[in-house]
Amino acid sequence: MPWSRDQLAQRAAKELRDGFYVNLGIGIPTLVANYIPQGMEVTLQSENGMLGMGPFPYEDEVDADLINAGKQTITALKKTSYFSSADSFAMIRGGHIDLSILGAMEVTDRGDLANWMVPGKMVKGMGGAMDLVAGVKRVVVVMEHTAKDGSPKLLKTCTLPLTGVNVVDLVITDLGVFEIDKHGSQPMKLIELADGVSADEIKSKTEAEFVNAVA
Amino acid sequence: MVNKVYTDARSALNGMTFDGMIVMSGGFGLCGIPENLIIALRDSGVKDITVISNNAGVDGWGLGLLLETKQIKKMVSSYVGENKEFARQFLAGELELEFNPQGTLAERCRAGGAGIAGFYTKTGVGTLVAEGKPTKEFDGETYVMETGLVADLSIVKAWKGDREGNLIFRKTARNFNPMMATAGKKCVAEVEILVETGELDPDQIHTPGIYVDRIVKGDFEKRIEQRTVRQREKT
Repeated sequence: MPWSRDQLAQRAAKELRDGFYVNLGIGIPTLVANYIPQGMEVTLQSENGMLGMGPFPYEDEVDADLINAGKQTITALKKTSYFSSADSFAMIRGGHIDLSILGAMEVTDRGDLANWMVPGKMVKGMGGAMDLVAGVKRVVVVMEHTAKDGSPKLLKTCTLPLTGVNVVDLVITDLGVFEIDKHGSQPMKLIELADGVSADEIKSKTEAEFVNAVA
Repeated sequence: MVNKVYTDARSALNGMTFDGMIVMSGGFGLCGIPENLIIALRDSGVKDITVISNNAGVDGWGLGLLLETKQIKKMVSSYVGENKEFARQFLAGELELEFNPQGTLAERCRAGGAGIAGFYTKTGVGTLVAEGKPTKEFDGETYVMETGLVADLSIVKAWKGDREGNLIFRKTARNFNPMMATAGKKCVAEVEILVETGELDPDQIHTPGIYVDRIVKGDFEKRIEQRTVRQREKT
């Protein structure tokens, strides 16, 4: 059985470590906040200018001046700090954020990422994605293994305009987990399988080269 | 003594606008946007403006109002997904658009205001945004050169301000406002609360008054794009 959205988020949460400062993208990555292990302290950064993001507000706590990067109303925590967009991206670009978890349209075995633009369709923009993948210490992609039409998303070369080159460290799909040696020459490694999924099934749905390193 | 305080947004923009000008407009989504100054800019009738703003408002509010009246020639933004009229004008070729990565946009404004002509960043190397721009290696890594941005006018929104133009922002409504305040040849700020000089704690001021030419107290709607709430557990 391929992993569900929540199982993907649960798996991605295993990448968290105590004391980490983390930026979560929109969609499945946002769900990772629901699976922070008990007793672990993780501080969420929101690139519009906030460190220490709390849960959604109760109806009577809604504050138009307090939103996340998805423009959703949120709350603050005791440890929260606010800052400008320039300070926020200094934090991101300067390598102070430990982990970024985000979605993708295409990823290569060298860690190239495409997730912001489909030529011919209305382009909304890259927002902070290019800054995040260029600056954050470790970049984890969470995505469906194949596109809606069944075509592979783990490729030898991205066909879509790039968000970053050699930027992705780990790819978690609904079928398995892949480790990428983005600055080195090691091949991409398949390190985990979803329950009931075989390496052969993954091979048939993956264009990129990888070695099976499932223990 | 120079008086920076104006009674309303329209008079605060008087003499500040001209056709073809470059305007920076603070805010992230609809959070921390200079609502009243955007309306006043629309009512000024200024045409063919280039607007530097992270987003382009929504249909019927924020910068969406200036799109409806076709006063914007070009947008410089990082994300414009919330606006149908924007998409229509862009696809019809009526509107120019320059995408900047969000952090690059913020830093370009900061640099422009700080007299930095250009800087090198890793963001966007090897992508469309780096095409045609000089690159340089530092310690074995490639960086792309980006230039500082300066506007003819910046319009910003703060929470509190005083008669000197000192500004304090509130929560995530700060976003692009402080950098944009520094990067306009002229800057007009609108605030929720305008106090007498001396009433703000100098240690708490985010934007010193030197950057602010005019200041006006506004009434704000503060629209919310995505109202997300949770339910209280029953006790």
